[in-house]
Amino acid sequence: MELLQVLAQQEPGELAEGLTAVGRGIVYGAAAIGPGIGIGIVVGNAITAMARQPESAGMVRTTMFLGIAFTEALALFGFVLSFIVAG
Amino acid sequence: MLPLALEFPPVSHVTEWPSIFGGDGPLAVNKVVILMWISVALIFGLFMVAGRARRLVPQGAQNFAEAIWDFVRDGIVLQTMGPEGLKFMPFLVMMFCFIFVTNIWEVIPVAQMPVNARIALPAYMAVLVWVIFNFMGVLKQGFFGYLKSVCFPPGVPKALYILVTPIEFVSTFIVRPLSLSVRLFANMLAGHLLLVSFIVITAALFTVGPSLAIWPVSFGLLVALTGFEVLVAVLQAFIFTILTAVYIGGAMHPEH
Repeated sequence: MELLQVLAQQEPGELAEGLTAVGRGIVYGAAAIGPGIGIGIVVGNAITAMARQPESAGMVRTTMFLGIAFTEALALFGFVLSFIVAG
Repeated sequence: MLPLALEFPPVSHVTEWPSIFGGDGPLAVNKVVILMWISVALIFGLFMVAGRARRLVPQGAQNFAEAIWDFVRDGIVLQTMGPEGLKFMPFLVMMFCFIFVTNIWEVIPVAQMPVNARIALPAYMAVLVWVIFNFMGVLKQGFFGYLKSVCFPPGVPKALYILVTPIEFVSTFIVRPLSLSVRLFANMLAGHLLLVSFIVITAALFTVGPSLAIWPVSFGLLVALTGFEVLVAVLQAFIFTILTAVYIGGAMHPEH
């Protein structure tokens, strides 16, 4: 009963504001899942390659950064989008 | 509960700066523009001093400039474009230096604002790269040849072109410049906000009491993150330059 009274006292805009904050969190959090796994795979395989053939480490490192850059872009779109959501 | 004076400033407070002169219109000059001018002057000065008295055995500024040149040539151009890309060296070296210097303002005291945390500069550079790689593609392969090599990559079964062609077209002409600019912009903005957050937390904990056990932890993390942001500044300059090289090289040499 007390809880209902507290809820009833809320300003009308407060709920929307709170939900917007939750939405921003979800947008960025969801966008970070895939790239997180993807970057793990990219770097893990790059380390395997470097350990097997240390002499090709330079080439592998360049390609690894390229792979990270492409994968990371999705997470960054999510980061920017989280500011745009109901901004 | 401890009375923490924890108030995070809204994003607009840490990225939007008031105009210093030039009015409030599109020609307004604020802190970000001044930092950009200083960056240009610094790079111009370094390469002028380095190139004025060229010696066979480099010293001082010449040594430094040649180290940057060697890094871009061996680490970026020769690995992605081959010897043919060497004529793009001046452009790529300037791009690397400019992005690095405009990024590094993030951790320089007093300035503490990465110029690339406003999307204007990354967007401009991405459009410049877009124009250059398309121009090189059209120059080397002709307009329709370039369009064909972009939209119809070889080695794909004929039926799949229904799916592949729109994807390749959108990813080359729309997603490339978008991701290039957003990557740089979002990385710098995220780093800037990260540092701001930790400064706010450290200051709030410090006002509660320096004897608080967790205050040094957040302060130590702030110092560590500042070092990390230096790494990010170098890495983003490197990635932007290497992607530029890959795009230009890819447009000049289509896959067979």
